[in-house]
Amino acid sequence: MSALVEINGLHKAYGQFEALRGIDLSIGAGEVVVVVGPSGSGKSTLVRCINLLEDYQRGEVRVAGEKVVRGRTLARVRAEVGMVFQSFNLFPHLSALRNVALGPLRVRGLSRTVADARALALLEKVGLAEHAHKLPGQLSGGQQQRVAIARALAMEPRVLLFDEPTSALDPEMVGEVLAVMQALAHTGVTMVIVTHEMGFARRVADRVVFMEDGLIVEVAPPENFFGAPREARTRAFLQAILSH
Amino acid sequence: MDLVDTFFNVRVLRETLPLLIEGLGVTVLLGLASIALGTASGLVLALLRVFGVASVRAAARIYIDVFRSIPLLVLLVLVYYALPFVGVRLSSFAAATTALSAVSCAYVAEIFRAGIEAVPRGQFEAADAIGLGFFDTLRDVVLPQALRIVTPPLTSNCINVLKDTALASVVAMPDLLKQATQAQALSANPSPLIGAALLYLALLLPLVRLVGHVEARHRAATR
Repeated sequence: MSALVEINGLHKAYGQFEALRGIDLSIGAGEVVVVVGPSGSGKSTLVRCINLLEDYQRGEVRVAGEKVVRGRTLARVRAEVGMVFQSFNLFPHLSALRNVALGPLRVRGLSRTVADARALALLEKVGLAEHAHKLPGQLSGGQQQRVAIARALAMEPRVLLFDEPTSALDPEMVGEVLAVMQALAHTGVTMVIVTHEMGFARRVADRVVFMEDGLIVEVAPPENFFGAPREARTRAFLQAILSH
Repeated sequence: MDLVDTFFNVRVLRETLPLLIEGLGVTVLLGLASIALGTASGLVLALLRVFGVASVRAAARIYIDVFRSIPLLVLLVLVYYALPFVGVRLSSFAAATTALSAVSCAYVAEIFRAGIEAVPRGQFEAADAIGLGFFDTLRDVVLPQALRIVTPPLTSNCINVLKDTALASVVAMPDLLKQATQAQALSANPSPLIGAALLYLALLLPLVRLVGHVEARHRAATR
């Protein structure tokens, strides 16, 4: 079986600090992989390496068989990899609709009418059709993050990356964003999600990846991961976060 | 009465007003040409300074440093009086436009550089993540945000360029100041100089107020 995302021997260092120390992971089409681990374990760095927002020193990443490297192919590959950021990163001078329509308009070459129609349909899907013409600054954090998800979806990517999508949100807005992500997961979208939301991981993940110190410690289906973790370090991590 | 006759001599002012207005026209034309050229080239220079390869960035930085250091009057005299010795003979308008926009270009480049660098990294990453190309990212994401940031300093720079056009009078440019000094010599009365000063104020005071207004609104918007 050929994986949709194939990560081989990934090493990444910031100066002396080794953020990733040899990561191998392959993600199949339609799979939902949730990456958990303590802060500084390298999980955000790992997803940012998939679309090469971070450069790395050794190893390789392939998306749909194509190697992700700097150069002329990069923008094309990135268009197939949607990304949702912790801090939303919406374009503040553009309305929600324009944020979502920009990629299809410029990258996919759709007409403005078609791009706008698709953007509106996606905003409807994340429950924000009535806010389509507002600027990001006029929306709550949860609403902004849902616009960001619609923006990523608008490119019809092969895989969606989420880099701690709820970490910057007020607690009362976490639920609305997770609900949108959960609905997406059920539609068969391939997703790689870095999060601290263990309940969400348990409900939605096909596999949970536990990282520590730049290494993958354990990969398991959520029942096993939360019910019967194999590794001592996984047990220590789960104990620490579940006991508070 | 003597004082009024000397400095606000109505007869002299009335006689020289057409000359002064003509000079004002030249000043405005020179100013607009230099602003347009300086701003357009300054934007290009800023992009080279920020996004160019190392050697291009270094060259851009050298240009910016040199042209921010050299006194405009010295550059103007060099362009008009020294270049003819190597066969480059520019009209006084061309010489003044060249010198003014060459210096303005350096300042504008620094203004745009600061504006571009003030756009958060996350904006570039979001553009990268949806696969936007370099020029689309600039046009749709970076420059609109940078432009908002640089509007006040850019307007300030326009005022400076307009003021500096007065230096062109030393290269025989028949601008407002030159016309005024000539009229003063002809009529043996300083009233045309006062008239010129008032015309400069009439041109620039509203712009200065506009910058104040834009800055206040900008502060309110970014608070």
